[in-house]
Amino acid sequence: MIEINNVSKWYGSFQVLTDCTTQVSKSEVVVVCGPSGSGKSTLIKCVNALEPFQQGSIVVNGIAVQDPKTDLPKLRAKVGMVFQNFELFPHMTITDNLAIAQIKVLGRSRDEAVDKGLKLLDRVGLKAQAAKFPGQLSGGQQQRVAIARALAMDPICMLFDEPTSALDPEMINEVLDVMVQLAQEGMTMMCVTHEMGFARKVANRVIFMDRGAIVEDAAKEDFFGQPRSERAQAFLAKILNH
Amino acid sequence: MSDFDFSVIVQNWAFLAEGLRYTLQVTLTAMIGGILIGTVLALMRLSSIAPLQWFAAGYVNVFRSVPLVQVILAFYLILPLVLQMITGKQIPVGAANSAYFTFTIFEAAYYSEIMRSGIQSVPRGQVGAGYALGFTYGQAMRYVVLPQAFRNMLPVLLTQTIILFQDVSLVYAIGATDFFGAADKITQRDLRPVEMYTTVAVVYFIICFTLSRLVKWLQSHIAIIR
Repeated sequence: MIEINNVSKWYGSFQVLTDCTTQVSKSEVVVVCGPSGSGKSTLIKCVNALEPFQQGSIVVNGIAVQDPKTDLPKLRAKVGMVFQNFELFPHMTITDNLAIAQIKVLGRSRDEAVDKGLKLLDRVGLKAQAAKFPGQLSGGQQQRVAIARALAMDPICMLFDEPTSALDPEMINEVLDVMVQLAQEGMTMMCVTHEMGFARKVANRVIFMDRGAIVEDAAKEDFFGQPRSERAQAFLAKILNH
Repeated sequence: MSDFDFSVIVQNWAFLAEGLRYTLQVTLTAMIGGILIGTVLALMRLSSIAPLQWFAAGYVNVFRSVPLVQVILAFYLILPLVLQMITGKQIPVGAANSAYFTFTIFEAAYYSEIMRSGIQSVPRGQVGAGYALGFTYGQAMRYVVLPQAFRNMLPVLLTQTIILFQDVSLVYAIGATDFFGAADKITQRDLRPVEMYTTVAVVYFIICFTLSRLVKWLQSHIAIIR
């Protein structure tokens, strides 16, 4: 589904990604972790070309992202993305947030789009909030709406960029619950997150990044059981001990 | 000072009202046209295409560096020549008509700077979110960025419009009859400058003060909840 081959990226002369190679198969859940500044968010944003990269290739569902001829809006419409800061549109109601891209990008009728949006809103437990504006919701609620907004486009896979990092601790679980449910339904997911509980529960593979490179790419059992690299061991020891 | 005679206002009210109507029409035209052109200029200025950036920057810098009254005069003289070049016919434009054009073009430079800071006030992640949903550049601007930019900047846009409303009086230089111009013409004829200019000042004050209260009200009522 997602193939990342030897991707390197520079900001000027500073290299932020070094020869990253991995893949996500259909219905697979891959968790990407690593210290801050390790390039994990940058890598996931390369997958739907929100960030350009200079070397290597990324192929999503058979379409080469870096190819200048690729219709990026069309590709991105099929790849759901959830951001650290939710990025709901603050000037629109929750209903409009859910409907607008369905109408403008997929060409659905307004009724159809609202109907679909409300169903998904119900699924994330927020049907009562449909008429409100994003600013009237808590962070956890906003992030659940953001997930519903991405799902409304019927994505073939979902990218999560630290979806719980901006949340108060008591709101993290309501978002993770939605993500776990999605994973269990067979959604293909690539998640940048530090939530190791989530990784243990639903991940198939865990990728550990450090200084722009993929240091460890292992099945969940191997990663948590016996990480090969010292960096990953040290990282795990730090974040699992609290 | 015992011989104030405000009957001169009453007698000439229709002429003054006609001038005021013209002033409001020019203001409204230049506001709408200026914001539209200004928004396009702002998008050009912020685009990644160098020639578009240069054009927009040049446009803004030129019009902000020349006194408005000179631009009014220049366009009044040049516009008929340009039209003649394009159409090959002599088209009498007239002072009153050329002002609509001049103010729209001139104000666009100021509105574009306001829209530019408005666009920059929208967090970058919002554009990313729009793109991630499959929006094209145009759609991301149209549905995500510009509505927020416009809302954030509405008080400043209106403040600029108040300035524009007052500046329309500069068409005096080309002899067009705006509100101030109408008052001035009556003054020349009836020789009642104190009554006339006082009335004009009061009317300008009432309109501008009302608008600036509206701006204040808007500032507290239309802010986007974040």
